[in-house]
Amino acid sequence: MSGNHANGHHLEEEEHASLRARALESLLIEKGLTSSDMVDRVISMYEQDIGPRNGAKVVARAWVDPAFKARLLADGTAAIGELGYGGVLLAVVENTPTIHNLVVCTLCSCYPSGLLGLPPVWYKSFPYRSRAVIEPRAVLQEFGLELDDSIEVRVWDSSSELRYMVLPERPAGTEGLSEDELADLVSRDSMIGVAKANAPAGVS
Amino acid sequence: MIDGPDRQVADMDGPSALPRKNGELVFDAAWEGRVFGLATAMHNGGLFDWNDFRDRLIDEIAEHDRQGEESPYYERWLDAFERLLVDKGMLTRDELQTRLADFESGQRDDVF
Repeated sequence: MSGNHANGHHLEEEEHASLRARALESLLIEKGLTSSDMVDRVISMYEQDIGPRNGAKVVARAWVDPAFKARLLADGTAAIGELGYGGVLLAVVENTPTIHNLVVCTLCSCYPSGLLGLPPVWYKSFPYRSRAVIEPRAVLQEFGLELDDSIEVRVWDSSSELRYMVLPERPAGTEGLSEDELADLVSRDSMIGVAKANAPAGVS
Repeated sequence: MIDGPDRQVADMDGPSALPRKNGELVFDAAWEGRVFGLATAMHNGGLFDWNDFRDRLIDEIAEHDRQGEESPYYERWLDAFERLLVDKGMLTRDELQTRLADFESGQRDDVF
């Protein structure tokens, strides 16, 4: 992988690669094989749509708007439709101080990608798909999530008909945050259920 | 028009898998995003078969691994994409070298 910036030789190579990239782009544009606009659009599509931002917005809305949260838990598909997201039959399950939810697709990799972007590689892996159901606590531990024995773990099996998303608990110390700031705390992993939402800066 | 990420691109695995952090793509420098976007945009435009590119990418990565060199992923991507374009007759090596020389000498500074 790249990243050894202490190495002068590598820095030079990288500068050279950057020039090669510009030379290539300018030639391809000149030949009408692509345009800067098309390249910009593709990059932003992969950077943004590939990530979990839409799901994070849904979670943040549910944290600040109890009526929306009630609708989201009652009928996920309809509630995300209010925010302009669709194309998937969705059930949302809520984490509480006594219940922790975990989502898996035991058959393949069914996943609400409109909300969470592309699934991570491990979500599709055989060990996760098989072990999440059999020993969810051990799997969560490997993700660094230690749950008290008193907390009930519920595992939900997504399918092509119905996909699940976890509504994580709102972290402590976030009373003063705006909806946008709250959305920044919502990681992809917290909506699959292998992590909690991140704590705000300055709160441990 | 395309309405979402292309699974063929996004789902590459093994050595050709896109560098990611927490599922999101990682570009260490702006040019890496540009060469990713160039290949993907041209593939969306139907100009080549993704497997033809991926095979060359795997080749380039394996070749550098054999030489035991540090091998940044998007430099191999650039090698593979140039090779593909030359192989498909969309560009020539001469054109690439001449244009690169223009950028190296500062004669050209902008891609437009």
